[in-house]
Amino acid sequence: MKFPFQWLKEHLDTKASLDDVVERLTMTGLEIDKVHHRGKDLEGFVVGRVVEAKKHPDADKLSICQVDNGSETVVVVCGAPNARTGLVGVFAPSGSYIPGTGITLKPTEIRGVVSNGMLLSEREVNLSDDHDGIIELPDDAKPGSPAADAMGLADPVIEIEITPNRGDCLGVRGVARDLAAAGVGALKPLNCAPVPGVIESPIKVNLDFKVGAENACPYFVGRFVRGVKNGESPKWLKDKLTAVGLRPISALVDISNLMTMDLGRPLHVFDAAKVKGDLQVRLSKQGEKFSALDGKEYELDAEMTVIADDAGAEALGGVIGGAASGCTEDTVDVFVESAYFDPVRTAMTGRKLTIMSDARYRFERGVDPAFLVDGMEIATRLILDLCGGEPSELVIAGSEPDWKRDLTLRIERIESFGGIKIAENKITEILTALGFGVAEGNGVLTVSIPSWRPDIVGEACLVEEVVRIHGYDNIPAVPMDRSELPTPAIGPDQRRRGMARRLLAGRGLIEAVTYSFLSAKQASLFGGGAQALTLINPISADLDVMRPSLLPNLIAAAGRNADRGIANARLFEIGPRFFGAAPEDQDIVAGGIRSGVTGARNWAEPPRPVDLFDAKADALAVLGAMGLQADKIDAVAEAPGWYHPGHSGVLRLGPKTILAHFGEIHPRILKDMGVKGTHAGFEIFFDNLPKAKDKKSKARPFLDLPQFHAVERDFAFVVDADVSAAKVLGAARSAEKKLITQVSLFDVFEGGALGDGKKSLAINVVVQPVEQTLTDAEIEAIAEKVVASVHKATGGVLRS
Amino acid sequence: MKELDALRSELMTAVDQAAGLDDLENIRVSALGKKGRITELMKGLGDMDADARKQAGQALNALKGEVADAIETKKRASSDSELEARLARESVDVSLPVRPESEGRIHPISQTIDEVVAILGEMGLSVAEGPDIEDDWHNFTALNIPPDHPARQEHDTFYLPGAGDDDRLVLRTHTSPVQIRTMMAGEPPFRIIVPGRTYRCDYDATHSPMFHQVEGLVIDEATHMGHLKGCIVEFCRAFFGVDDLPVRFRPSYFPFTEPSAEVDIGCTREGGEFRIGHGDDWLEILGCGMVNAKVLENCNVDPAKYQGFAFGMGIERMAMLKYGIPDLRTFYESDLRWLRHYGFNALQVPSMVGGL
Repeated sequence: MKFPFQWLKEHLDTKASLDDVVERLTMTGLEIDKVHHRGKDLEGFVVGRVVEAKKHPDADKLSICQVDNGSETVVVVCGAPNARTGLVGVFAPSGSYIPGTGITLKPTEIRGVVSNGMLLSEREVNLSDDHDGIIELPDDAKPGSPAADAMGLADPVIEIEITPNRGDCLGVRGVARDLAAAGVGALKPLNCAPVPGVIESPIKVNLDFKVGAENACPYFVGRFVRGVKNGESPKWLKDKLTAVGLRPISALVDISNLMTMDLGRPLHVFDAAKVKGDLQVRLSKQGEKFSALDGKEYELDAEMTVIADDAGAEALGGVIGGAASGCTEDTVDVFVESAYFDPVRTAMTGRKLTIMSDARYRFERGVDPAFLVDGMEIATRLILDLCGGEPSELVIAGSEPDWKRDLTLRIERIESFGGIKIAENKITEILTALGFGVAEGNGVLTVSIPSWRPDIVGEACLVEEVVRIHGYDNIPAVPMDRSELPTPAIGPDQRRRGMARRLLAGRGLIEAVTYSFLSAKQASLFGGGAQALTLINPISADLDVMRPSLLPNLIAAAGRNADRGIANARLFEIGPRFFGAAPEDQDIVAGGIRSGVTGARNWAEPPRPVDLFDAKADALAVLGAMGLQADKIDAVAEAPGWYHPGHSGVLRLGPKTILAHFGEIHPRILKDMGVKGTHAGFEIFFDNLPKAKDKKSKARPFLDLPQFHAVERDFAFVVDADVSAAKVLGAARSAEKKLITQVSLFDVFEGGALGDGKKSLAINVVVQPVEQTLTDAEIEAIAEKVVASVHKATGGVLRS
Repeated sequence: MKELDALRSELMTAVDQAAGLDDLENIRVSALGKKGRITELMKGLGDMDADARKQAGQALNALKGEVADAIETKKRASSDSELEARLARESVDVSLPVRPESEGRIHPISQTIDEVVAILGEMGLSVAEGPDIEDDWHNFTALNIPPDHPARQEHDTFYLPGAGDDDRLVLRTHTSPVQIRTMMAGEPPFRIIVPGRTYRCDYDATHSPMFHQVEGLVIDEATHMGHLKGCIVEFCRAFFGVDDLPVRFRPSYFPFTEPSAEVDIGCTREGGEFRIGHGDDWLEILGCGMVNAKVLENCNVDPAKYQGFAFGMGIERMAMLKYGIPDLRTFYESDLRWLRHYGFNALQVPSMVGGL
C-alpha cells in the first residue's frame, strides 16, 4: 500500500510534517516500509524550453538547441532524436552532477560548438532505463521551475505494510482515519451525495445462488452510464496512479483503479455493448472457461463467483474482469459494478487460479459492506466529470450484509489487560475518532463497530484499538514477578543434552546445525525415505525427506569441507531424527563424524587414521556423563547396514536397550555420497537411555577407601580368534568377585607361533585386599581361579 | 693434637681436590669407614684415662663431623654440576609447536538458545518442547488461524502427506504449537520458553527453509501488557548487554495475540558501522502480544479468568545481531572455518551470574 503525501492530505487536514506522519503511522501499527523520495535525483535540474533547435552543421545526429532555462538562453548540443524546437525538457546546467551516469558536466566543445549543459533522459535521473530520447514535459511547464515539481515527483510517496486484519487501510482514506484518531489532523468529509439517475438501466442484475452459497455475493450495486467518451485520463489522475505503481490505461479503467487505491472500493466497469442480456451473479460451473483481462484463459471449478451474461462468465467476482466485456477507447455505454464478495471464497478463487489482483487483495481482507452505494456515487461523479454521459438509476440486487454489532468494553480492562490507565473520556474520544459508536454506562462502554472493521470481534480488540492509538509507548513497563529464587529452567532430559553438547565440544568435536531434511536418495541409504516423511512441496529435490539419521548430513558436510581442502572433519550435531510422522515418532539424537586422520602432521607423533574406536570413545564418554556405568554397557557387532559390517557396533544396556551405534561408515555408502576417506561415526539415542530423574537427594554413596595396597597380575590367554575381548575380561572379572576390582586388556597379538585362528589377549588384573594383606599363596589361588574361569568361559589357555 | 690438625688438613685438602663422586666416596671410606683413619683413632679412645678420653673424644667427634660435612657439601656441588651438564646437553628447541589438539566448538544457535534460556529462566520461565511435524490444528487452527485466513498464506508451509488431502501434516511454521500442547496438557499458570526448529518453504538471502525460534508464554490471572513490556525490555537489555538499550513497541497484528506488538531496539549505522544501542535507527527483533482469548478457549483455558502474553523471536536473527554474523544461510552450511570462527568454547556456559 502506497500513496503520495499530498494524496493523504486530500483526506486529512493536517499541518504535520512528513516525518511526524511517518512516526505516527509506525506507532499506530501501520508500519512504514519505505518513503520514496522520487524527485531526489532531479534536484538542481530545472524546466528548460528549446527555443530553437537546428541540425549541427558537422554532425548528422546532433542538434544545436537554444534552451531557455528561465534566466537565460544557453546553447546545448543534444544527440536525442526528439530534440526539437518547442520541446520542454529537463535542463542540467554546466557544473551539475548527473546521478544516472555519475558525470559532472562542464562546458564542452562538440565538433566546434560549445555546449553549456544538457537536456536529460529518464535514465540520467534514475527514473527508468529509458535513454531513447530526452524527457518531454507538458508545454505549460514554466522554464526555470524545479523539474521535480513539473514532473509531479516532488511529492514523496509513503509505502506502508498493512497487516492482514486492516483491510480498511487498503485505501488512503482508511489510513487518514487512523491518523486523525491518533491526533495528526482532522478527517475531511467525503462527498457521497447521490447522483440522480436520468435513465433506466437496460441491464438488470440477478443474484442466482443455491441455498447456502448466498453469501458469495449478497449485495450488488450497479449503474448504467450511457454515452461516455473513454480516452486518456487527465494528468492528475495519471500522476496519482503512476505514483502508486499503476499504469494509466484509459479514464474508465483508471477511475476504477483510483477508487480501489483511494477508498478501498474495487469496482468493475463493463462495456455495456458487449454484455449480452442481463447479468447473473452466480457460482461458476465445473469446467467453465473464462478469459480474463490479464490475457489468460482460466478453467473454473464449481465454487467461484462469476458475473455472467448470456454468453458466460464476464468477470470473476472480486478477482478480475473478463476480456470479452472490457472497456476500450471505443466504449460508449458502460455498466459499473460495485459489489460485496465473500472474503473466503474470493481468497480461495484467487489462490486456486493463482491470480493476485488489487481487487482480490482487498476483498479477501474484507471491503466495507456499507460503502457500495457511496462508492458508486463517487465513481459515477468521476465518470461524468472525465467521460461525460448519462447515468441510470442504481441497479441494486440483494441487500447490505448485516454487519452491525455491539461489543462491551469494561473500562478497567484497559488497565488490567492493556496495562495502562486511561481516562474514560479519552477512551471514548479515541473510539469515536476511529468511527466506533460509544454509549457509556457504569464503567462499561457499549461500543458499536463500524462497517469497515470486521476485525473487531471482542473486548481485547477494543482494548487494542484504544491502547494502540493512545500509544504503546505510554504503557509503563512492569517487572515480572520474581519474589522467589528461580527454579531450574531446563528439565533432566534437556540438561543431559546440554551436557552431551558441551562434552563433545570438549572432546574436540565441532557442533554443526544441519537441515532436518535431505534428499530421498541419502535418506534411503540410512534406512529412511518413507512416503509419510516425504515433503509434498520441498524447496528442492535435494531437501525432500525428513532425515532418518543425523549422519548423512554430517558426512556430506565433512565431504564439502574436504572439497574445500579442509580434511579431517570432526563434527557433531544434536537434533531430531524422524521415523514416522506422529509426534512420538521423532527423537533427539547426538550424531558425530570423525573423518580422515586423527590430526595434523606434526614433528612429535604421526597422526593415524580415525577408526571405530574413536567413535566408540565419543559414545562412551557421553554415556558415561549421562551416568551410565561403562561395565554395564555391552558392545556387540550389530550396527545397522550403513556401517562397515566388521568395524562397527552397538552399545547396549541389556539385550534390548540400544544406547548408541558406532563405527566406520560403510565404504559403499561413502562412495554413493561422493565422499572419500575413512569416516567414523556415532549416534547416541537419548530417548533410549534410562530416564533421567531429578533425585531428591544429591548425596553420593559412601566412599569406602581400602587400607591395603592392591596387587596386580598380568596374564596372556590364547583363545580362538572369534572369542571377544569382552568375554575374556568378563570371565576374569567374575573369577573372584569380591577381590578383583579391575580388569583391563593391554595387548592383542595374532599370528606368529600361535598359528591361524588363534589370538593372544594380554590382560591386567587388579586384586584389592579388603580385610588384610594377602599371602603369596592366596594371590596364587586367585590367579588360578582367573585362569580356570577364562578357560571355562572361552576355552582360552595361558600362553606359554 | 697436632696429629689431628695434620689429619684434618690432609683430609680437607683431599676433599677439596676430589675430582668426582667416586673420589669423595673413597675419601669417606678411608676416613670414616669401618677401618677408616678417624674410626681407628676412635677405637683407641678406650685405652685412655677418663680425662684424656673426654678431651680426645670431643676433638675426634668434631673432626669426624667436619669431614663428613665437607664431603657432603662437596658431593652436592659435584652432583649439581654433573646434573647441570646433563641438562645442558638435553636442551631442545622450545619454539617447536606442541602436539596438535583439536578444539571443539558450540554452534552459535545452541549458544544463543542457552543465553535466552538463562535470561528468561531468571524470570521463572522453563523450557518446553514439542514435535517438528505437526497437524494443522496445533500449528494453525488452535492459534486462531482458520484455513481461509490470509495469514496462513504468508507462512509458506511445508506439507507432509498425513492421512490424505484434507488431513495433511505440516512442518511447524513456528514454535507456537508448543504453547497449545503445553496448555492442553496442564493447568494454569504457565510460564514457558520453547526453543526449537521451525520450517518455511522459502529460500533466499534472508530466508532459510529451516530456522530456529524461541517462543515465550506467560499465563496467569493478572499478567497484562505492562508485564509484557517489562519482560521484553529486560530481556533485550540483558541479551544484548546494553543497560539503557532503547526498546520500542509498535502495534502490529498476529492472529494468536491481541493486542499485538512488534518490538524494535535502538541501533545506529553511524560511520558505516552497525551498533546496537542508542542511535538514530530502529531494528525489528521480535513479535509479541496478549494471548488471544480464542487461543485460550481452544486450549480449554478460561479467558474470563486467565490472561497473559506470548512472544516469539528468530534465534538466528538474534545471534546475527549480537555476534555480527552477516549471512543467515551460513548457519547451516557446516563450514568448519565458519564454525571455528563464530562458534563458542565448550566451557563458555551462559548464565546470568556468570555472564552471557
